[in-house]
Amino acid sequence: MLKVLVVDESSERADEICLSLVRAGYLVSAVLPNAMDLPRHVAAMSPDVILIDTESPSRDTLEHLSAINRANPRPVLLFSRERDAQIIRSALRAGVAAYVAETVAPERLGAVVEVALAQFEEHQNLRQERDEAARRLSERVTIERAKGLLMKARGLDEDAAYHALRRLAMERGRKLVEIAQGVVDGASLLM
Amino acid sequence: MTELNTPELNRRGFLKAGAAVSSAVAISSLLPFGGAWAGGSEGLEKTALKLGIIPLTDCAVIVVAKEKGFFKKHGLDVEVSKEASWANIRDKVSLGELDGAHMLAGMPLAATLGVGATQKDTITAFSMDLNGNGITVSNELYERMMAADPEAMKKRPTSAVALKKVIEEDKKAGKEPMTFAMVFPVSTHNYEIRYWMASAGIDPDKDVRLIVIPPPQMVANLQARNIVGYCVGEPWNQRAVEMGIGRSLITNYEIWNNNPEKVFGVNKEWADKHPNTHKALIRAMIEAAQWMDKLENRREVVKIISQKSYVNAPESVVENSMTGTWRYTKTEEVQLPDFNVFYRYAATFPWQSHAVWFLTQMVRWGQIEAPINFKKVAETVYRSDIYRDAAKDLGIAVPSIEMKPEGVNAARWMLEKASAPIQMGPDMFFDGMKFDPAKPIDYLKGFPVHAMKLDLAALAKANA
Repeated sequence: MLKVLVVDESSERADEICLSLVRAGYLVSAVLPNAMDLPRHVAAMSPDVILIDTESPSRDTLEHLSAINRANPRPVLLFSRERDAQIIRSALRAGVAAYVAETVAPERLGAVVEVALAQFEEHQNLRQERDEAARRLSERVTIERAKGLLMKARGLDEDAAYHALRRLAMERGRKLVEIAQGVVDGASLLM
Repeated sequence: MTELNTPELNRRGFLKAGAAVSSAVAISSLLPFGGAWAGGSEGLEKTALKLGIIPLTDCAVIVVAKEKGFFKKHGLDVEVSKEASWANIRDKVSLGELDGAHMLAGMPLAATLGVGATQKDTITAFSMDLNGNGITVSNELYERMMAADPEAMKKRPTSAVALKKVIEEDKKAGKEPMTFAMVFPVSTHNYEIRYWMASAGIDPDKDVRLIVIPPPQMVANLQARNIVGYCVGEPWNQRAVEMGIGRSLITNYEIWNNNPEKVFGVNKEWADKHPNTHKALIRAMIEAAQWMDKLENRREVVKIISQKSYVNAPESVVENSMTGTWRYTKTEEVQLPDFNVFYRYAATFPWQSHAVWFLTQMVRWGQIEAPINFKKVAETVYRSDIYRDAAKDLGIAVPSIEMKPEGVNAARWMLEKASAPIQMGPDMFFDGMKFDPAKPIDYLKGFPVHAMKLDLAALAKANA
């Protein structure tokens, strides 16, 4: 059974990755990195594979561990075979880097990375959805504020204020929220 | 994307402007830097580029080339991407996720040789700076060094002789070796701290524990007593001094005057596909480096790179080293005007002799395990030919040789073997050793402390 160490700054994501790896039949352990602790964890577990967030600064510490000890997993990025190179490229884009012991056959690695990759992507999608929802909400707030300002300043009703904003946006070829932001910014100077 | 004569940036600018103009010549007149490609034959293969940096003061040339419009002037639309680790920089450049990046000088060599990484042909045709690092220890270790050998500690530059004595004391007391940190296995910092320790007879693989810590975490780990000292780039030495938790013992300028530090690295495949874009990048960075080396511009450099989106450190801390002041302690301050060199002394030129020096250190510390031909690797990776080709339109003086000896000039000197004479800086090693790039094996024989995994006779054969 392959031993996999997951190093991740996000404990939530680490949990998700570990769970899916366990379901796929791997022996898993996770650490939240402080670069200082990594050598100890790696020595204690002697993992076959280490998965780490590409955005973690602790990657350089792992690089050193694999450089000083042959028994430690080594960075794997470009495989000679096209299919694997593709997997690793998408892994890097999704934010996961892999370190693998020399004894692990590339075929066995592919599966581990695919599991992690799917989990990373799902996590990323969730985050994007959250970001998108937050963005929409803040846009709506801006538009509401601009409408309110127009209603007050020009004595328009809500519908007319909205249409005034929309007409200007269409004329200028800009987004409604940009025009609304302009109104809010302008008002803060004038009022 | 291949768009001869209509760089993407300019075309986009044109579409946005919405004007009914259809020829490239007319478009160029709308743009502030319309003359950039009007020079003619030079079609840029790609103009929208993503370059990686690590938040350190020596990423400055890339950041300044962007912020001060040098990239734009040369028709390039550059996005600067702040990366979390050197490993990430290397991998993203290898895979083409980044067009090019701020790299440790040894990284293109290591990637090309497959040292500590999957092999990928990587080159550099531009050196980003000279010097810029320091070695700092905790106050506690400093006190022990003072007590162990006050005479040695009075001398400047500070040697590791007193540290050796502290280590001997610890050994007698049966204590665990002390832990020091640096930033990456093939970093200049690793070779510098090892060089400094080994010159006093300390074996950096046996007498101490040497680990990698990301630069922004150095100060906190020193404070938490997880480590007793480190070798790192600025602002992380001056930060510890300012906070009163450490003493800076020596700068890398003192270890080796005007040593090479960072380079601009690209993968070879990218360079082959984008020769004109590569040269335009180099021209923009040469101009940025020229601008930055004017003393009156340094404060603006400090302002730009201290920003949150780049180094994210207090301006006062970045300013010290950038304007030539070094504080060993809060009270001991020296003027080191050459602590950060970006342009003068042919600092932007990729010397193949520097590549050979890094290769000797990789052999010395057991990172290179199979025989290599020093000269061949150096000329494959350090592409002075591309630099010269890029620089020729700028009308600047360029060295006409690829190699120079080190450890021979104690004062400024003139390099006559150049398109016009170039003033060069001192190049001494603090232990008085000399480096002849034509005789790397003899140089290696001069180091009593090493961790070589390579038979020197086999190495000599590969270099015959």
